[in-house]
Parts: sequence; structure tokens; C-alpha cells
Amino acid sequence: MTQLILEQALNGLQFGLMLFLLAAGLTLVFGIMDCINLAHGSLYMVGAYFVAAAAQAADSFWIGLAVGVAGAALLGLLLELSLFRRLYRRDHLAQVLATFALILIANETVRMIWGAQPVMLNAPDALAGPLEIAGFSYPAYRLVIIAFGLAVAGLLYLLVARSRVGMWVRAGAANREMTEALGIDVQRLFTAVFVFGAALCALAGGLLGPLLAVQVGMGESVLILAFVVIIIGGIGSVRGALVGSLIVGTADTLGRALLPTLLRATLPADTASMLGPALASILIYLLMAAILFFRPQGLFPARA
Amino acid sequence: MAFYQPARYQKPVAGALLLALLALPPALAALGHEFYIGFATRLLIFALAASSLNLVLGFGGMFSLGHAAFFGAGAYAAAICMRAGISEALLALPLAMLVAGALALLVGAISLRTRGVYFIMITLAFAQMAYYLFISARAWGGDDGLPLPGRMTLAGLSLGSDSALFYAALGCLALAVVFLGRLAGARFGRTIQAIRENETRMEALGYPVFRYRLVCFALGGALAGLAGALLANLTGLASPNLLQWTQSGTLLVMVIIGGVGYLYGGVVGAVVLLSLEEVLSGFTQHWPIGLGLLLLAIVLFAPRGVAALFGKAGG
Amino acid sequence: MAEVLLEVRRLSRRFAAVDALQAVDLIVETGELHALIGPNGAGKTTFIQHVSGALQPDSGSVFFAGRDLTRLSMHQRVAAGMARSYQISNLFLGLSALDNVALAVQGRQDAGSSFRFWQPVRSEQRLFDEARGFLEQVGLTARSDRVAGNLAHGEQRALELAMALATRPKLLLLDEPMAGSGPEESERMVELIARLARQVTILLVEHDMDAVFRLADRISVLLNGRLIATGTAEAVRADPEVRRAYLGDHL
Repeated sequence: MTQLILEQALNGLQFGLMLFLLAAGLTLVFGIMDCINLAHGSLYMVGAYFVAAAAQAADSFWIGLAVGVAGAALLGLLLELSLFRRLYRRDHLAQVLATFALILIANETVRMIWGAQPVMLNAPDALAGPLEIAGFSYPAYRLVIIAFGLAVAGLLYLLVARSRVGMWVRAGAANREMTEALGIDVQRLFTAVFVFGAALCALAGGLLGPLLAVQVGMGESVLILAFVVIIIGGIGSVRGALVGSLIVGTADTLGRALLPTLLRATLPADTASMLGPALASILIYLLMAAILFFRPQGLFPARA
Repeated sequence: MAFYQPARYQKPVAGALLLALLALPPALAALGHEFYIGFATRLLIFALAASSLNLVLGFGGMFSLGHAAFFGAGAYAAAICMRAGISEALLALPLAMLVAGALALLVGAISLRTRGVYFIMITLAFAQMAYYLFISARAWGGDDGLPLPGRMTLAGLSLGSDSALFYAALGCLALAVVFLGRLAGARFGRTIQAIRENETRMEALGYPVFRYRLVCFALGGALAGLAGALLANLTGLASPNLLQWTQSGTLLVMVIIGGVGYLYGGVVGAVVLLSLEEVLSGFTQHWPIGLGLLLLAIVLFAPRGVAALFGKAGG
Repeated sequence: MAEVLLEVRRLSRRFAAVDALQAVDLIVETGELHALIGPNGAGKTTFIQHVSGALQPDSGSVFFAGRDLTRLSMHQRVAAGMARSYQISNLFLGLSALDNVALAVQGRQDAGSSFRFWQPVRSEQRLFDEARGFLEQVGLTARSDRVAGNLAHGEQRALELAMALATRPKLLLLDEPMAGSGPEESERMVELIARLARQVTILLVEHDMDAVFRLADRISVLLNGRLIATGTAEAVRADPEVRRAYLGDHL
């Protein structure tokens, strides 16, 4: 039982950190540019395909990861320059319509190039097995993901909390007009943030590739989770995104693993087997509703 | 945005269209294109669903990205009714509307405490929650959905034939459009449009804004439920896919294409989008790319929607 | 002693590190025109926001016609008989002047429920007749069919007043009705307010000292979130703290 809980807790941490990679970029695009980007999940999907294709061509996971992330960043740059730049000042309706269109295009293009079947992406051989520490075993690759996630979270913290660019970003999220009035080149800042967000998406997609299937539509389900994360955390707040990611990641993972067991211990078997999975799958949404009920602006509102 | 005012030519055009639609099933049958009666019914049903979202979004100014939940709830309510032996449409359809409306009331009561992007996201999340609930509800078929034992009867008459269902859907859509048209010019319609324009001012004039919003949201949900119940009859299945967020997105796209806040925005949008899909899919299996590019073009070059391209309906 | 209509007790509000309002006490008597003055940033608009219910105080209470309204929302306070006009014109710019006022009439509780889904508003003659009456009171009869967005600045201010009047308030909160007006427009507004003051109790926030001293029965002075004086124009003019802290040699 301890093994199970510890393992699930680590899984939750790992999932939460990957969600954070997605949510960090999304929350900034939302918060600073006031732009709803439904296609953020598509960047994650396309990024994962890039990594998978590059890894196959180079026969190395790590080279594939680097090339794939760079490719996604480039794609993000092109998208920002050609489309998103025109969307920032439009209303939410236009943003939703345009990014919904992007999802259609992305899903179908990927299907056209790589087919409808999931693409294989293997973890590096050296990390394929489990790691044993004091009688407790855990997949080595997942530990690497956790390490990556923590490193990126730390880097982002330094970047946002300590650097000059980070100060601009925070200022932009809190009050865009004022930041512009102070002479910050907001347009270039936007481009940089968007590209960075795209790179983080691809990083998450590439890292998760060996664990989940790389397939069409993988972006949509994770997109909604990323939304839940940034709502819980407060739109525009990177710290909120981190806290929200960890809450959602652990609640979802632990809920799925433990709720059915818990219910079976307390309820009749029939009811438990019906209720368990249902409750586990909506747990994070209930959590979000509860948090929003008491704090309609999320846990860490970026705007006062 | 100004308040809705019907264009002068609107009533005669709508009347002529209604007459033409009445003649459609026999005409298609005579030409041997019965298949298209089903397609036309689908158009009518989605026109109804999109119109219900237009009430919420266009008139009420509430940007809901979770409308599919009510659409799907209506479908499931109809399926459950029929499996319980209630197959009279005059009973089952209002029941479906009641269920969907009640769900919307619940979702709205929590969501409407939030504003802007938060509202968009929380409605999306609630719809997603409903989606997962239905998927994991094995008693209601889970992933596979809940099949209907047959079609409803209307005042004892069978809706078994495609033409009969077409006329039922046409009747529902016509009633809904007339209702929405009256609503827009009545006290309630002007109130919600004014709230859309300036919420604080309405509050300062003594209007309990939250209550009007909530009722509008629930009404939209109930109408979506009606559309869902009809669709379940058409396809013979209440599927969890109806509740997926992409479905909400599709309805939204319809309203935006058709013209937000125009009485016929939902109808025009549904017809344009579904026809486009139908035509494009005849050319290539990769039609979503074409559709996506077209939508991008609309965003960039026709920002007020297709309905706005044909004259103005706003006063 | 006249009857108390509005009584604000020890109203306090902090924004971050700023004490916007510090234990403000204020009484408005039925029938009077009470002016609230103070330099920029003194907390006048913040005060109005708290009285009208747009903001909630940290502590203190608002009594109106003997009722504690502190926890009531804005629309409930309007229903209780408190209406406000905005510093910046806050109208439905796409609607005609008449429609704007009709909307205000329609929102009143005695005008019936607005949960009516079928009967066109246009057929409700009573609403529009009454709305015309209010337009006449503020001198906008000739402009009633014009779209609010196309009205001149002074006319928009007057329309703002007509909408507030249409809620049939016991107390009218006017937030800088002269703001942005030229001398002629101001003069007309002063006359209009003087006429209205005969029918309804008014709490007036205004920068235009000339107007304030002509109109007000009593004046209260707010400085840095603190009420430093209340009294007749002469008393306030003579108050040493007021002279020192705010009015200086203007008067």
C-alpha cells in the first residue's frame, strides 16, 4: 500500500510538472495578451510529432527532443508573426474562432502526414528499466521527467521573478497599457513569450511521448486540463500555474488510483464500481468549481 | 453593438423560406434524393442548437464554451424517456428541455459569478465534467452511448419516417425562431441586451443583473436540450460525443459565422457550416484543412459574420 | 430638526496601503441638497461608490430611510430609493434618448416584472409616456429620438440625470455632473439641479466651487479620506481647518 501511494504520488508530481510546462505558456498568453488560445494543445501535439520524427531520423531520443523543441519554437514564431499578432486586439470571439480553425488544420495536417495510427516514441534504452532505492522501485524515465520538470520550473521562476524580461512579463500581465506607456516593446515581448510557450509545449509533448501515445487529438484533452490549471491558479500568474498544476496533477492521479479502492471499502460493491471511475474523472472539475466558488479569480490573481 | 431590430425584408423572406422548406421532402422524394431529407433535418436541428447558443451569447453576451453539455443532456433525457416508455414527443421533448434547462440553471448559478475569460473556461470545464460523467455512466451505455428503441410519436402520429421527423424539426425551429424574435423586442430581451452592453449601468438602474443572466442562460440550455432530443431521434442514439467540447466549439463557430446577436445568426451559421462540410468532404477526406483556412479567412476579413455581409439587421 | 434620510456611520475602506476612507460619518436630511467637496484624491468618488453599493466597506454602515443597507447590492439599494449618476456619462449609446430613459423606467419595481418574453416593449405606451415626462424635466424633449451617442456632451449629462430620476429615487447621488462641461453647459446644469432639488434630496459631489456654493444647503469636506467639516456654506467657508487644509485662499 505504501509502495502504491508513494508511486502514485510520484506519478502525480510528474503529471503535474508536465501540465505546468503547458500551463506556464498558456497562462502568459492569456494573461499578458488577453488572448484565448485553444490551439495551445495543438502545439503540444505537433511538438510531440516533431520530436518523434526527429528521434526516429537521428536514432536518438535526446537529439530528437532538441530538434523537435526547436522546430516547435520555429512554428510558434511563424504562427505568432502571421496570425496571433493580428488576434491580440480582437475580441474573444475572433480568437476562439481562429484558434478553433487552427485545431482543425493541425489535426488534419498531422493525420495527412503521419496517418491516423499513433506514432511510436521510445524512451532512451538506458532509462528503460526501473530504478530501485531501498526496496522501492520506480521507472527511471519518469524520474528523469520529474527532474526535467523541476529544472524548467526553477528556471522559469528565476526568469520571471528575477530577470528584467521577467519583470516586463509580470508588468505586462498586471497592466499592459502601463507597460507599453513605459516604453517596453510589448510586441517583441509577446512574440518571445509565445515562442517560449510553444517550445515548452513541445518539451512536454516530447517527454510524455514515450509514456502516452503520440496521436491525433492528444492535444485537446490535455488542453482542457491546462485550462483548469490556469483557472485554479489565476490567469497570468506563473506561480499560480505551478501550484495549480501540482494540485490538478496529484488530485487527478491519486483520485484515479485511490478513489475506487476507497469507495469499495465504504460502499456496496455495485455502487462503488459505478461511482468510483465517474467520481475520479470529474474530481478536478469539482475541485475547480469549489475553488472558483470561493475565489472567482483563482488562487493567485495577477491583476488586482 | 446595437440592440436587435428586424430588417424590413426579414419576415417575407422567412415566410417564403418556410414555404419552400415545407415543400422540400416531397420534392426530394420525387427527385429520388431521399437521403438529403435526413441531412436537411440535421441542418434544422443544428440551426436550433446554434440559435439557442445565440440567445446566450448574442443576446445575453455570455460567452459560453460549454453549450454542448445541454445539447447532450437533452439527447440523453430523450433516450432515457423513450426507454422508460415515454415516447410521446409532446411529453418527452418538454421533459428533455426541462432536464437541460435545470442543468443550465445549475451550471449558470456557479459560472455566472465569474467574468470574462474565467466564465469561458468554467463553462468549458463544466461541460467537460458532464462529458466524463456520461462516459463513465455504464448504466447509460458509457462510451457507446444510449440507443433509442425507436422514434417518438407526435400527438400519436409516428415520426418514424424521415419526412415526418423533418417536419417536426422544422416546426420546433420555426417556433423557436418566432419565440426568440418576440423575446428580443420584449422586456426580457431588451433587458438582457442592455446588460450585455453595460452591466454596471443596469445594476445602477435597479436591475438584478445576475437573475436575468441566469434565466437567459437556462432558457438557452433548455432550447439546446430540445435540439439534442431531436438529434437523438434522428440518429437513434444519445452519444457522449454530443457533449464533447469540440461540439461546443462547433456551435460557437456556427453562431460566429452566422452573426452574433442576429435573430437568424444561428440558422445561417448552421446551414453554412454543415453545407460546407458536406461539400468539402465530397472533394477530399482532408476537408477540415479547407474548412479551417476558410474560418481563418472569415476571422481576418469578415469579422462580423456572414449574416452581417447581407445587409444589416442591427438598428 | 429635519428627518434623516441617509446616515453613514464610521465608513472605512483601505486599498492596499491607502486609507481611502477613514471612519467617515455623514448625514443627509430629507429635502436638502448636500454637497461633498474635497481636492482630487480625497475619496469623494470612493465614498459615492460605497454609498451606492458598487463597493463594500471594510467597516462602518450605511443607513437609508431607517434601514441598514450596508450589505445590500447596488440594485437592491436602487430599489430602496437611491439612484446615482456617473462622473463619465454611462449611457446606452446605441439607443435613443427615449429608449434609455424607458429602460430606466422599466427597471423600477412598480413598473412590473421584466420577465416578459412575448409582448413587444414598443406596445407598452405607459413606459414611454412616463419616459417622455422625465426627458421633459431635464429639457431634452426635442432630442428624445436622437441616438444617445450623437447627443452633445451637456445633453448626455442631462440624459444621465433623467435616467437616475426615472428610478423615482428618494435620494439622488450626483457624481460630478458638471465634469467636462463648458461654462454655458454648467450654467444650464446648475439651473436644472436647482429645479430638481425642490423635488428630491440630493447628495452632490462636485469640483465646481461656484456651483456648489450656489446650490448646497449644507456642505461636507473630505480630505485624505477623512471628513473634516460639515455645515452651511458660511460655516464651512469660515472653518479654520478647511481653510488651512484645502480651500486656502480660493474663497
